Amino acid sequence: MTNLLEVHNVRRSFPRGGGEELLVLDDVNLTLKEGEIVGLLGRSGSGKSTLLRLIAGLARPQGGTLTYMGAPIEGPAQGVAMVFQGFALFPWMTVLENVQLGLEALGLPQAEIRSRALAAIDLIGLDGYESAYPRELSGGMRQRVGFARAVVVHPNILLMDEPFSALDVLTAENLRTDLIELWGNRKLPIKGILLVTHNIEEAVLMCDRVLLFSSNPARISADIHINLPQPRERTSREFEDYVDKIYVEMTARRVERMRQTQAQGASAIEMPLSHVSPNQISGLIEALAAAPYDGKADLPDIAYEQELEVDELFPVAEAMQLLRLADVEGGDIKLTHMGKRFSDADLNERKEIFSRALVSHVPLAAHIRKVLDERASHSAPKTRFLDELEDHMAEDTAEETLKTVVSWARFSELFSYDDDAAMFSLENPT
Amino acid sequence: MKILPPVSIEARRLLPSRWDLLAAALVLGFIVAFADTSRFLIQPLSMISGNHLSLDPVLLPGYALRTGLRMLLAMGVSLAFTFAYATWAAKNPRAGTLLVPLLDILQSVPILGFLSVTAVWFLSLSPGRVLGAELACVFAIFTSQAWNMAFSFYQSLRTVPEDLTEAGRMFGLSAWARFWRIEAPFATPPLIWNMMMSMAGGWFFVTVSEAISVGKTNIALPGIGSWIAVAIEQRNIPAILEAILAMLVVILIYDQLLFRPLLAWADRFRVGDDQPDDPPQSWVLTMLRRSRLIDWITAPFEQMMRWSYRWHPPHFGLRGAMREVDSRLADILWYVLISILGLLCAWRIYAFAAANLTWEDLGLTVWLGCLTMLRVVVLIALASLIWTPVGIYVGLRPRLTQIVQPVAQFLAAFPNNLLFPLVVSVIVAWKLNTNIWLSPLLVLGPQWYILFNVIAGARAMPKDLMDAGDNFGVKGWLWWKRVALPAVFPHYLTGAITASGGAWNASVLAEVASWGNITLHADGLGAYIIDATISGDFRHVVLGMAVMAFFVVVVNRLFWQPLYWLAERKYRLV
Repeated sequence: MTNLLEVHNVRRSFPRGGGEELLVLDDVNLTLKEGEIVGLLGRSGSGKSTLLRLIAGLARPQGGTLTYMGAPIEGPAQGVAMVFQGFALFPWMTVLENVQLGLEALGLPQAEIRSRALAAIDLIGLDGYESAYPRELSGGMRQRVGFARAVVVHPNILLMDEPFSALDVLTAENLRTDLIELWGNRKLPIKGILLVTHNIEEAVLMCDRVLLFSSNPARISADIHINLPQPRERTSREFEDYVDKIYVEMTARRVERMRQTQAQGASAIEMPLSHVSPNQISGLIEALAAAPYDGKADLPDIAYEQELEVDELFPVAEAMQLLRLADVEGGDIKLTHMGKRFSDADLNERKEIFSRALVSHVPLAAHIRKVLDERASHSAPKTRFLDELEDHMAEDTAEETLKTVVSWARFSELFSYDDDAAMFSLENPT
Repeated sequence: MKILPPVSIEARRLLPSRWDLLAAALVLGFIVAFADTSRFLIQPLSMISGNHLSLDPVLLPGYALRTGLRMLLAMGVSLAFTFAYATWAAKNPRAGTLLVPLLDILQSVPILGFLSVTAVWFLSLSPGRVLGAELACVFAIFTSQAWNMAFSFYQSLRTVPEDLTEAGRMFGLSAWARFWRIEAPFATPPLIWNMMMSMAGGWFFVTVSEAISVGKTNIALPGIGSWIAVAIEQRNIPAILEAILAMLVVILIYDQLLFRPLLAWADRFRVGDDQPDDPPQSWVLTMLRRSRLIDWITAPFEQMMRWSYRWHPPHFGLRGAMREVDSRLADILWYVLISILGLLCAWRIYAFAAANLTWEDLGLTVWLGCLTMLRVVVLIALASLIWTPVGIYVGLRPRLTQIVQPVAQFLAAFPNNLLFPLVVSVIVAWKLNTNIWLSPLLVLGPQWYILFNVIAGARAMPKDLMDAGDNFGVKGWLWWKRVALPAVFPHYLTGAITASGGAWNASVLAEVASWGNITLHADGLGAYIIDATISGDFRHVVLGMAVMAFFVVVVNRLFWQPLYWLAERKYRLV
C-alpha cells in the first residue's frame, strides 16, 4: 500500500510578545496509508487542528516536511478536502451552489459540474434540498452539505476537523454510521480519512488507527491500532477495552508530568492551570463520594455517568490531583482523606478546606496572598502578577492561569478581585 | 459595530404613510415659520464679522479649545435630545408613529439649511451679543450630530431582549429603574459608536457652523472653522496647514479622553457570552477606575440614583380598565391635535409657497436636484469600485487595518473646504469644466464610510469560510465573486447608504468652491441652497431644502431599501 500522506518532524510555533515563540507542535510524525481512517485524539487546544491546517496547506510549518502523494505540500493541494467543525457553508449559496463551488474552482465544464454535484448530493442523502439555503437546514443536514462539498471533488484525502462535535448526540451518531457505511461499501471516492476528535469513543468507533496527542507542545504519544471489524458495537467488551486503554494512556502521562512540576518545589508559581470552577470540583467530589463509587472510580465510567467529555473531565481530575483532594492513578480516580472530608463538610468548612489546599498546594495562590498581606494597602494590580507569569508562559495561558486562581480564591475567600479596576485585594466588597 | 442606515430604510415599507406626509409637513412648516419670521429680524451685525479674525498661530490653541468645547456642548445637547426623543418614541406607540418618520425627514434635511433659517432667530435672542451666534453655532453642530444618535437609541430600545425586560418586571423594578438598569445600558454601545460618527459629521461642517453668513450678516466665531474660512478668503496656505494640525490634535484628544474610555467602559454592556479577541482598552478609564477620588465624588450620585429606583410613580400600578377608557379618549385628543397641527402647517406652507414661489422655481430645483443626484450616483459608484476591493484587502490583514482605520476616521472628519485651494487652483489653471471637476468633492468625506464598513465586513468574515474557500482552491475572480464580495455585501451596503446620504448633505460644500476671490460654481441643488443662503433669500433656501429632503427620502425608499432587505435576508452571516 502506498502512503497518501507523510508528516516528518513537523514543528509549528506562533510568535508571542517579546520576540518569543510559543511552540504548538513539536516533532510530529505520521503517515496515512491508502484505505485507512486515522484518528488524531487529544484535548482541545492540543494542536490537532493546527496539524490538520498544515496538512490542508492552510498554514506552513516552521520545520519538518509534509508530503502528499510524494510531493511536498506548499499550499492548498488539489485532492485534499476538508470538513469543518462549524460547517463553514457559504450562507448566500444554496446547497447545490455550495457543493458546486469546489468543482467550479477546478474549472470543469458546466454540465459535468452539475451532474457530479447532483450525484454527491444524492449519495450523502440531501436529495430534495438542492435549492435550500444553509440557514433553512438543521445542524445535521448542514454537516451533510459539508460532507457532500468535500466528497464531490473526489479527494484522495478527506480531512475532518471535529465534524460531529457541533451536533447533538443522536444526529452525530446517525451521521457517523452513515459515513462508515458509505466508506465500508467503497461508495466514497476517497482514499484515506484523517479525523480530528476529542471524543475517545468516536475515535474507537470509526478509526483503524488512533494517534494520541499530548499537549504543550503537542507530540504524538501513542499509536494504537483498533483491530475490530466494522460495524463496531459500542457495548462490546473489546470496544470498552480499547476505550479504557486510551483513557489510561491519556491520564498517565499528564498526571506524571504534573507530579514532576509539583515536586520541583513550592515556589513554582509558573505552573499553568486550566480553568476549572470550584463548582465542577465539588460536583465531581460529590459524585465520587456517593454510591456506587464510594470514593474510587474508573475514569471512563464516571465520565459517562457525569456526561462529561474527556475534555471536560481531565482538567477537573487534574485540579483535584493538584489540590490533593483526589489521586489519579492509571485509569482510576480516588478521593484522598481531604477529599472525603470535603464531601462531608458544609459550605463554610468546604471553603476552609479549599483555602488551606490553595495555600499549601498552589504556589501562585499562596504567592498572591503573601504579597497582599505584606502591602500596606492590601491590594495589588493584576498586571503585577500577570507580568510575573508571562515570564514563564504564553500570554493567554497566563491569563487563564490567573483567571483560575481568581475563581478558586473567590470561592475560598482567600482574597478578592475587582475586574473593573483589575485589582487584587484582601477586602471583601461591601 | 454596525452603523445604522437611515430610518427610511429600516422602515420596510415602500409607500409613504400618512405619518410620513405629516412628518414632512411638520418639518417644512416649522422651517417656513422660521424663515418667515427671520426676514424681519435681519440686521447687520458687524462686531464679529469675519475679517476681524486674526490668523496669528498663537491664537490657534485657544480657537481649537473653543471649537472643541462647542462640539462637546452640542454633543451634550444631542445626548439629552436622544434620551428624551428616542425614549418617548419607543415607549409611547402613539407618539412613535409620528416621531420616527419625523426623524427620517430631519435626517434628510441638509445641515446648512437648518443653520440658514435658524441663525437669525438665534441671533435675535440676544441682539448685539455673541451669545446668540454661539447658540446658533451649537445648534448647527447639534443638527449634524443628533439624528443618527436618536435613531440608534430608538432601535436599541425596541430590541432589548425580552428576557431582560421580563426579569426586570419580575423583580418589581419601576419603569424608571428599568430604563436606567436595563434599557439604557443595553443601548449604550451602539450609541457610543454613533456618537463617534456624529463627531466626524460635526467636524465636516465645522466651517459652515462657525462662519455663519446669512444675507448681509457675516459672523465668524473664534474657532477652527472660522480660521479655515478666513484662511481661504485670504489665500493663506500655512494657516490652512496649521488648521489641519489643530484639528488633528483636537480629534486625538477627544479620542483618547472621551471615546476610548467610553468604548472600554461600555464593553461591559455587551449582551452575549462571546468575548471579543481584543476588548477595548483605555488608560484613562483604568486610571479613573483605580482612583479613590473618583469613587468618592461619584458615590453620592450613585446613592441618589439608587434611591430614585425605589420611587414608584403611583399611576404605573394602575394598568387596568381605567386606563383603557382613558387611552381611547387620549387617542382621539391626540389625533385631533395632530391633525390640527398638520393642517396648520400645510396651510402655512401653502400660503408661503403661493406668496413667494412659482412653478418655475419648483421646476428649476427639481432639475438641479436631478443633476446633483446624477453626481451622487456616479461618484458613489466610483467610490464603491475603488474602496470595496481596497477595504477587503485591508480588512483581511489585521495589522494594516490597525493603521488604516484611524486614518480613515480622521479623513471622514476632514472638512471639504480644506481642499478648496488645491481644487480651485487646478480647475482654474487647466480651465476644467466645473460641473464635472467640482463633483469629486461630493464624496470626499462620505466615501470613507464605504471603506470603514467594508473593512469591518472583511474583518467579520469567519475564518472557517476563508479556509473553506482556500481548501477548495477558490482563487481569482471566482473568489471575489463567490466569497469576498457576497461576504461584505451587507456591510458595504450600509456604508454606501450612509455615504450617499452624506454626499447629498455635502453637496452644499462641494458644488461651490472658493479660494480667495475666485468662486467656482457647479449647477446643482447644493449650489442653489448655498447661493440662496448667501443672498439671504429664505424662500429659495426653504424650497431647496424641501426638494433635497424629498430626493433623499425617495432614493432611500426606492433604491436602497429593497437592496438592504435583500442583503439582510440573503447575505447576513449567522
